Amino acid sequence: MGTAPASRDVTSYGMGLAAPLALFFLLFFVAPLLQLFWLSLHNDTAGLHWGLGQYLHFLTDPFSLGVLGSTLLLGAEVTAVCLVLGFPIAWLYQRVGPKLQTIIILIVLLPLLTSVVVRTFAWIVILGRQGIINATLQSLGIIDTPLKLLYTQFGVVIALAQVQMPLMTLPLITALGRIEPNLDDASCSLGAGSWRTFFRVVLPLSLPGVIAGCTLTYAAAITAFITLSLVGGGQMLFMPMYLYQQASTLQNWPFAAAISIIFLLAVLAVVSVFTTLGRLSRGHGGA
Amino acid sequence: MSGRRRTLEALSFELVMTVIAVIALIIIIAPSLVVVIVSFTSGFSLRFPPPGYSLRWYAELWNAWQLHFAAKNSLIVAFWATGLSVVLGVAAALAISRSRTLSARLLDSLFMSPLVLPALAFGLAALMLFSLVGLPVSPLTLVIGHTVVCVPYVVRNTVAALAQLEPTLLESSAVLGASRLYTFRRIVLPLIRPGIIAGAFIAFMSSFDNVPVSLFLRDAATDMLPIRMWQDLEGKLDVTIAALSGVLIIATVALVAVMERVTGLSRRLTN
Repeated sequence: MGTAPASRDVTSYGMGLAAPLALFFLLFFVAPLLQLFWLSLHNDTAGLHWGLGQYLHFLTDPFSLGVLGSTLLLGAEVTAVCLVLGFPIAWLYQRVGPKLQTIIILIVLLPLLTSVVVRTFAWIVILGRQGIINATLQSLGIIDTPLKLLYTQFGVVIALAQVQMPLMTLPLITALGRIEPNLDDASCSLGAGSWRTFFRVVLPLSLPGVIAGCTLTYAAAITAFITLSLVGGGQMLFMPMYLYQQASTLQNWPFAAAISIIFLLAVLAVVSVFTTLGRLSRGHGGA
Repeated sequence: MSGRRRTLEALSFELVMTVIAVIALIIIIAPSLVVVIVSFTSGFSLRFPPPGYSLRWYAELWNAWQLHFAAKNSLIVAFWATGLSVVLGVAAALAISRSRTLSARLLDSLFMSPLVLPALAFGLAALMLFSLVGLPVSPLTLVIGHTVVCVPYVVRNTVAALAQLEPTLLESSAVLGASRLYTFRRIVLPLIRPGIIAGAFIAFMSSFDNVPVSLFLRDAATDMLPIRMWQDLEGKLDVTIAALSGVLIIATVALVAVMERVTGLSRRLTN
C-alpha cells in the first residue's frame, strides 16, 4: 500500500479480465468467419482457384435472388405484425397494477424460454388440415374443405410473429416505462385527444425501444431455421434452408460460404439502418 | 359537448389498445396451452380437442431411448457451455462495464454480435474451421460453438447488474482498508449474483434449445434434442413429441417460477 492506490479507481477493473473472452472470440468466432469469407472467394469446391464466381453465381441467378428477397420481405412482415401486436401489450403493462404487470411479463417471457421446436410444433397443431382453425371453421359451416394454412406465407408470418413477439415486447416495455407520465396528461389537458397524444407524443418518445425491438425481431425472424422449415415446408425456400441445403446435402461449401456472407451482409445492412434510425430518434427525443 | 366527445375518443383509444393487447397475449400463450392439452390425448392424431384423455404418450416417452439419448447430450453440452460462459463472461463484464474507453466499447459490440448475426452462418463457419484444423465434431466442438452464442446473455446481464452497483460502496470498502479481492468477494459478488444467475439461466436455456449451431457441429453420436425433435417432426407428426413438448413446457414454467423468486427475472429483463 503506497500512495498509488489512492489515485487508482477502485470501482473499475482492469481490461485484462476481458482478455480470455476476447481470445476465445478471436479463435472461435472471428477466425471461423474469416475462414468462411476466404472460402467464399474460391470458384471450385476444393478451394484451389481464387475468384468471385460464387458471388457472381448468386447475384446473377434469379432463383437465389428470389430466395434472398423473399427472406428479407418475410422479416419485414413479421416485424410489422410483432410491432402492431406488441405495442399495445407494452402500453397495457404501464396501466395495470404490479401483480398484473408480473403476469404480463411472465406471459411474454415464457415463450422466449420455451424450446423453439415446441412452439413451432404448436403451430402445426393449430394450422394443420385437421388443426384447430380448420376444425372450428368446418364445424361452424363456414368452409367445406380444409383451408391450406400450413406451408403458406400467412402461416409462416403468424407462427414467426408469435415465436419472436417477446423480442419486440420487452424493449417496448422498457422504453414506455422511461417516458415521463406527466407528458401524457399534459398533452391531453392541452386538448389533444388520446389518439393524437399516442401518435404525436408516446410513439415518438418510445422510438428507441421500437427500433431496438425491430432490430432483434427482424434478425431473429429471418434466421429462424426450425420455424421456417416446419411451417414453411419444402415449397417455400428461405435463406437459412438454402444455406443448409447447399452446405449439408450438396456439400457445396464455397457456394454455401458465399450465401452465408451475403446473408450476413444483408442482416448487417438492415441492423445498421435500424441503428442509424435509433441514433437519429434519440437526437430527436433529446431535443 | 366537446367534453363528451373527448371522453368517447379516449374510450375508443383505450378499448382498441386493450383489445389488441389481450388478443396478442392470447396469441402468445395459446400455442403452449394447446400443446399441453393435445399431449394428453388418448388418440393417435393431433386432433384438437382430443377425442379422450390419457397418459399413454407420456408412458410412450418413457421408452423413447433416442429422445433420452439426445436429451442427455443436450443437457451435458448446455451445462458445460453455461459454465464456460459464466467464467469467461463475468470476467469480461467486470472489465468492460465501468470503462468508457473505445476498446471497451468495441469489445462490448464484439461480445454482443452473436445475438444479431445469423447463427446458421456461424455454425457453418465453425464446422469449416474445425474440419480445417482436423478437429472432428464432438461434444467439445458443440460446447465451444454454444459458448460463443450463449456468452452474450451472461455478459449483458452481468454488465446490467454492475451498472446498478453504487460506486460509493466500493470506495467505502477501500477506505476501510479492504483489498480489491476482499471487496469483490464480500461486496461486489453478492450484489451482482442475481444478475449472473439470470444470465446463466438464459444462457443455459438457449444452449439447450440451440439449433443453428448444433445443426453443423453434431453427428449421430452427439445427437441433440431440438434437432432430434425437428427431424422426427419432418418425417411424421408424432404424438410422442407432443408429450415431450408437454414435459419441456412444464419444466420451463417451473424453472422460470424459481428464477423469478431467486433473481427477479421479469424486472431484470425490462430495465
